[in-house]
Amino acid sequence: MPAMNMVQALNSAMDVMLSRDPDVVIFGEDVGYFGGVFRATDGLQRKHGKQRVFDTPIAEGGILGVAVGMGAYGLRPVAEVQFADYIYPAMDQLISEAARLRYRSAGEWWAPLTVRAPCGGGIFGGQTHSQSAEALFTHVCGLKTVIPSNPYDAKGLLVSAIEDDDPVVFFEPKRLYSGPFDGHPEKPAVPWSKHALGEVPAGYYRIPLGKASVVRAGEEVTVLAYGTLVHVAAAAADESGIDIELVDLRSLRPVDIETIVASVQKTGRCVILHEATRTGGFGAELSALVQEHCFFSLEAPIERVTGWDTPYPHAFEWQYFPGPARVARALRKVMAA
Amino acid sequence: MDRHRSLRLHIPEPRHRPGEPADFSDLRLPKAGAVERPPVHSSAFEMRDLAYALIRVLDEDGRAVGPWDPQLEADALRRGLRAMLLTRAYDDRMYRAQRQGKTSFYMKCTGEEGVAVAQALALEPDDMLFPTYRQQGLLIARDWPIVDMMCQVYSNSGDRLKGRQMPVMYSSRKAGFFSISGNLGTQFSQAVGWAMASAYKGDHRIAAGWIGEGATAEPDFHYALTFASVYHAPVILNVVNNQWAISCYQGIAGGEEATFAARAIGYGMPALRVDGNDFLATYAATRWAAERARSNLGATLIELFTHRVAAHSTADDPSRYRPADESEKWPLGDPIERLKQHLIGLGAWSEERHETMLKEVEEQVRAAGKEAEALGTLDRGPLPPVSTMFEDVYKEMPWYLRRQRDELGG
Repeated sequence: MPAMNMVQALNSAMDVMLSRDPDVVIFGEDVGYFGGVFRATDGLQRKHGKQRVFDTPIAEGGILGVAVGMGAYGLRPVAEVQFADYIYPAMDQLISEAARLRYRSAGEWWAPLTVRAPCGGGIFGGQTHSQSAEALFTHVCGLKTVIPSNPYDAKGLLVSAIEDDDPVVFFEPKRLYSGPFDGHPEKPAVPWSKHALGEVPAGYYRIPLGKASVVRAGEEVTVLAYGTLVHVAAAAADESGIDIELVDLRSLRPVDIETIVASVQKTGRCVILHEATRTGGFGAELSALVQEHCFFSLEAPIERVTGWDTPYPHAFEWQYFPGPARVARALRKVMAA
Repeated sequence: MDRHRSLRLHIPEPRHRPGEPADFSDLRLPKAGAVERPPVHSSAFEMRDLAYALIRVLDEDGRAVGPWDPQLEADALRRGLRAMLLTRAYDDRMYRAQRQGKTSFYMKCTGEEGVAVAQALALEPDDMLFPTYRQQGLLIARDWPIVDMMCQVYSNSGDRLKGRQMPVMYSSRKAGFFSISGNLGTQFSQAVGWAMASAYKGDHRIAAGWIGEGATAEPDFHYALTFASVYHAPVILNVVNNQWAISCYQGIAGGEEATFAARAIGYGMPALRVDGNDFLATYAATRWAAERARSNLGATLIELFTHRVAAHSTADDPSRYRPADESEKWPLGDPIERLKQHLIGLGAWSEERHETMLKEVEEQVRAAGKEAEALGTLDRGPLPPVSTMFEDVYKEMPWYLRRQRDELGG
């Protein structure tokens, strides 16, 4: 199997879907001739033609409005929003339109679109190129929200998202594009070619939406994480010596409640991680779900390790980022309880 | 330069308010037949003056004059007249039904019937429509059953939308009438996306979108014009300028600085500004734009200059913000009356035939009303089964919605 980094895996997913389905079209700012500022659509216009992979005006609301109309026609649009931070002008089209079209028309129309957007910090992007906005979307009924943590999942999940008949917001942790970053910026970067999940089949395969992955089985603490924090959790476990069961959620909505419940019932402890700000974050929903489903199995209060409730600061991003030391502290805390 | 002069903030104000006589003396209304009709392949630049003109075909005596006369057969004109009369009768009935408590809300299109009806008839039946909330005439002109529309307004057991949408937010895939959103303007960029998809697939169908003059201030209006212009989308973008956005006159949307049609000039898009109460002019302008779109020449912006005679909705009281005699003084008259006079002038209609048609559409509405009310009203039911509330959020119902449905006990 070829080794791919996450950008190449995403590119491969789109390439495969363009080849399989003539109704797939891909567009966004700089995605056409140039191939995207992160290179995710590199070569796709040359291979599939400019009618299928094209540049758009700088208007995220327009990109999504057009995508809803194309979806109503019967196409499967895949729109790139260049940074998750830029998605806000498209909120009306996503929340009021794409998410509710099937409902409000009682199934006469739907919006089978996928929005890809790079998210998360760690690249000195400051407050406008680092955000993790997933909780704004997980709150919206009618949308699905997906965040992969490795190239293999990224490709299989993106294929599923494109084939899904409901609108999917697909966040790509940009710090993971080139390697499995574990929260130690001072260490040399590790490429995906050195990681098992950097082995990506060249052809078509799917990873179903709504299914989590237990990436490390363990007995002492369940860690619920997604995106970059999956790798941070693994580092924190190694550094603290605590035997965690690491659940990579992959899909936030729908969330895989069965895997979460089975794990917490087994370990009796739960630590929830995300890079996004804490208050009202997806961790709050996860915490409530664990409490509702597993209260009598819990031996310690649920802990959350998240970004602080501040904008993402440019100069202090590693103080902001919930790295392995903070995660290890939470692991020790739940073990001491 | 006087550096001590104070700056002043300009707040636009209409020419008349309640208690004052309606004053339309500032409207510049070219005579019928005065505006040239450029070939459809003209460049937007060559025809930019049309954005400040007003295309009119019917003159003061109801004769069709000038290059924009679409030369319709009398049958087509009578069909348009009937659809407008039916729309008005339908509105009157549903307005009364709301006042009787049978539903929560209603919006009439009185005085604007010509816009939707003429445009629907000027398009092909399979062209795709992206309306806003005052284009019920599109459905009626496409012969969509008014019983079905009434069921939607009543949210009753016959409502295909299962009681999910506020009254008048119709949806009909079969009629090519896109699900109406209450968020203003969103349909405009969607119409462009649909048209781009049609062009991508090598289809023959075009799209048309509608927006009110007030909502042209929304970003979606500008997104739509940008994308339609960039990709030469086969779409007709219609601005219905009925002078009022609830209580705000068109000046608050920027209508006193330039016409709404003129917005197209900066996008390099042809614009037609049309007397929306003139059935023939509206029909002809729409045909022109449709022919242009079908010839791969791209989009056209049409401003339909009309007047909102009724309140914004049943929740509105226009006597609080505009003179009582405004619609009476509206210098462009009533679309139904004007088409009727034209038909009479042609010798193809008479007061007697008109009376008969009026009775006929009223009877049609009465019969449909009975049929719809037998399927329920919002106040008395029967309504759709409440468990349907949980359907169609996603294609397949997720675990937590099944659980919530069980919790409600549906």
